[in-house]
Amino acid sequence: MQSPLPLSPEQASSFAPQVDALTLFMVTVCLFFAMAITVAVVYFFFKYRRKEPGDIGVPIHGDMRLETAWIVVPLLLALCMFSWGAVVYVDYRRAPLDTLDIYVVGKQWMWKVQQPNGLREINELHVPVGRNVRLILASEDVIHDFSVPAFRVKFDAVPGHYNDMWFRPTKVGRYHFFCSQYCGTNHALMQGWVTVMEPSAYAAWLSGSAQVGAADPVSAGEKLFVERACVTCHLADGTGRAPSLNGVYGNKVLLTDRSTVAADDAYLRESILDPQAKIVAGFQPVMPSFQGQLTEEQILDLIAYIKSLQSQPVPAKGAGIAPPTGKK
Amino acid sequence: MSSPSEPFGDHSTLPREHYLNARYGIRSWLLTTDHKRIALLYLVSVTFFFMIGGAFATMIRIHLLTPTGALVTPETYNRLFTMHGVAMIFFFLIPSIPAVLGNFFIPMMIGAKDLAFPKINLLSWYIYIIGGCFVLYAFSTGGLDTGWTFYTPLSSIYSNSAVTPAVLGIFINGFSSILTGLNFIVTVHTMRAPGMTWFRLPLFVWSNYATSIIFILGTPVIAITLLLAGLERMFHLGFFNPALGGDPILFQHLFWFYSHPAVYIMVLPAMGVVSEIVPTFARKPIFGYSFVAGSSIAIAVIGFFVWAHHMFVTGQSTYSALAFSLLSYLVAIPSAVKVFNWTSTLYKGSISWDTPMLYALGFIGLFVIGGLTGLFLACLGIDMHVHDTYFVIAHFHYIMVGGAVMGYLGGLHYWWPKISGKLYPESLARLAAIILFVGFNLTFFPQFILGYLGMPRRYSTYPPEFQVLNVMSSAGASILALGYLLPMAYLIWSMRYGEVAGRNPWPATGLEWQTDSPPPTENFEVTPEVTWEAYDFDNRPDLGLDVKGSHLLAPAHGGD
Repeated sequence: MQSPLPLSPEQASSFAPQVDALTLFMVTVCLFFAMAITVAVVYFFFKYRRKEPGDIGVPIHGDMRLETAWIVVPLLLALCMFSWGAVVYVDYRRAPLDTLDIYVVGKQWMWKVQQPNGLREINELHVPVGRNVRLILASEDVIHDFSVPAFRVKFDAVPGHYNDMWFRPTKVGRYHFFCSQYCGTNHALMQGWVTVMEPSAYAAWLSGSAQVGAADPVSAGEKLFVERACVTCHLADGTGRAPSLNGVYGNKVLLTDRSTVAADDAYLRESILDPQAKIVAGFQPVMPSFQGQLTEEQILDLIAYIKSLQSQPVPAKGAGIAPPTGKK
Repeated sequence: MSSPSEPFGDHSTLPREHYLNARYGIRSWLLTTDHKRIALLYLVSVTFFFMIGGAFATMIRIHLLTPTGALVTPETYNRLFTMHGVAMIFFFLIPSIPAVLGNFFIPMMIGAKDLAFPKINLLSWYIYIIGGCFVLYAFSTGGLDTGWTFYTPLSSIYSNSAVTPAVLGIFINGFSSILTGLNFIVTVHTMRAPGMTWFRLPLFVWSNYATSIIFILGTPVIAITLLLAGLERMFHLGFFNPALGGDPILFQHLFWFYSHPAVYIMVLPAMGVVSEIVPTFARKPIFGYSFVAGSSIAIAVIGFFVWAHHMFVTGQSTYSALAFSLLSYLVAIPSAVKVFNWTSTLYKGSISWDTPMLYALGFIGLFVIGGLTGLFLACLGIDMHVHDTYFVIAHFHYIMVGGAVMGYLGGLHYWWPKISGKLYPESLARLAAIILFVGFNLTFFPQFILGYLGMPRRYSTYPPEFQVLNVMSSAGASILALGYLLPMAYLIWSMRYGEVAGRNPWPATGLEWQTDSPPPTENFEVTPEVTWEAYDFDNRPDLGLDVKGSHLLAPAHGGD
């Protein structure tokens, strides 16, 4: 798909034509005003060039109608520009529910990518064409930014947060990605390639990998869950010192202060690193913090495991899941 | 046509005694409380930092001639762009027009002998120098490689450069701004000559007044922010460090809360200069005086509410992003109002093609491009693509260099006769202005394209497909450099060899032109009384212009 703008990257995602169309609109409107002002200034500059040394200009002090016009018209245009941009951005910030989720961890100075089956890549990202893809971005050290010009998307990877960004690749090929938040010495080297493949090729690539013994994140997470003794408190039947994690991901959790919170990736991460921040109703604040004891990837593995417990039977008591309120 | 080569009025000799020769010796300069001498102290210091920042820029553009980097290592490159930003923003752009032209002319424009607090004025300069010394120390011992934006945790934890002395220097320098702002506000409120009502004030005073509001309200925030980052670095505190429960994004909110209004600190005074030059060189009042004055205040106020447009992809809530995008569009409106009013002032003017007018028109052209491209960045659906690319670099250089620096140079040329008593060489000056304009566009326009193509900023090496545009940009920079060196050379030359200017060579209507060039230390022998409106060319017989004979009344000159 060729962009209507000269001098722009290929259009390789669902966002690219949207962003380019918006840019074309902005260029047209702004060019019009820039030309109008330039023509006026240059024309007046020549037409009203001083003729005699003592000449003065005609003392015109102002015109309320003109002032009103050139406040109202730009304001209306600005509102159009804002609205159109807002529509594209709001779509970008709300990932659809059917995304293929891939974890991307930035660290000085490389990108570590983890596919859903655990397959890891460094400075490479393989995705299937035509599928909604969501990248969950994390950072091990400073702020980085994952940007793909051909997709017209970027988002920051902030240490201590998860951020997510989504896109739908629309064209098979290889596209450059860059780190776009200055992160130190080798910021400029923190680049790589997105490879967009036909779905069958992607599936084949995913399963036929040369990474022998690479555990998928769920198994790796389960292993950690046992090794780090999480399982000793978080009993699956809810009789332990800590809430069962069956079915918790994606639901609302009731806290001791009677508030509820959505159990998303960020909540799970915070519960591991800062467990005192939110205590589930009916439980004591006894969980130790794992701050500094787990790498970002290990945290992601644990979260993948906990997510897999969604489909396990929810215990009769002791999961802390907020009762349905009866309204949506 | 009147021009410095044929100035108006008597220009035979310099006045016998004036502020430059009233007292001699180094102590009379370093311990002066004369706002005009302090302005010159600033002139020398900001020029020094401009040259330092310019040297770094030169090295950057040479380095970027090749994709793998032509000149320096990545470590050094990262220091170059950081120090370029710190030197230019904090030690040149922010102080330049207020501390040089504002200090010199605000008292004169309102008919006062000096600012409200002359000793605090001198203190401001010393604080600036001390802050500058800390930063120069940082530059020369280890350099600085965090970006001028000092994002955490890179600056507070990971960087191995001289962050602490640098943030200390900028912290100290902030007080120079705050005291200058205080001085200007009190001066304008309390020291206007009889008859100088608010709505008779020159627009340059309105612009600096609005700027001073930002100085006072905004600067303390950057001060505390950098202090917190420095303390985090020195004592391993956890304000912004996620491992200790801090939030790196908090730093960005605090940083940009000042640094966005800071860009209005940089551009509002330059707009004030343009608002002086256009009426003077079109010999008619500004079109829409109250709208131009009010727009300065509007920009200062609304400018405090847009900061998070620098953070659209950090993960702030979508609602927050929407609010900041909308407000960013609103802040553009008063700037547009100014541009339309300046353009309308040219209509049916009697326009001279002198150098200050060339700079003012250059400002308008480049500021329009810079401002319109700001609308692209305010647009959420476009920023998600061009954030942190060369598009942003091109945008802000159009405003800060194409706008603020052109305004500064235009003002320097416009007021040079008053400051020095001499005329600069007009033809050479016009040539330099044109060279600047051409060189500037060649340097920065290609960068818009580079940005849309995806080239990130702060990259010491880049993919080879970006080379052609980078070479174009570097070639333009060599022309730009020439455009800056020429005025430096001929302005100094003119101090010795320039033609004597006389009181009012243009002539212009402001009070500053009613006294000698150079002015006496006390500015006015007798406190003036004002009975005319600003830029009132047709009610000023004292200017010696041909009001009746000009085409205003004579149809033969082109009619109405």
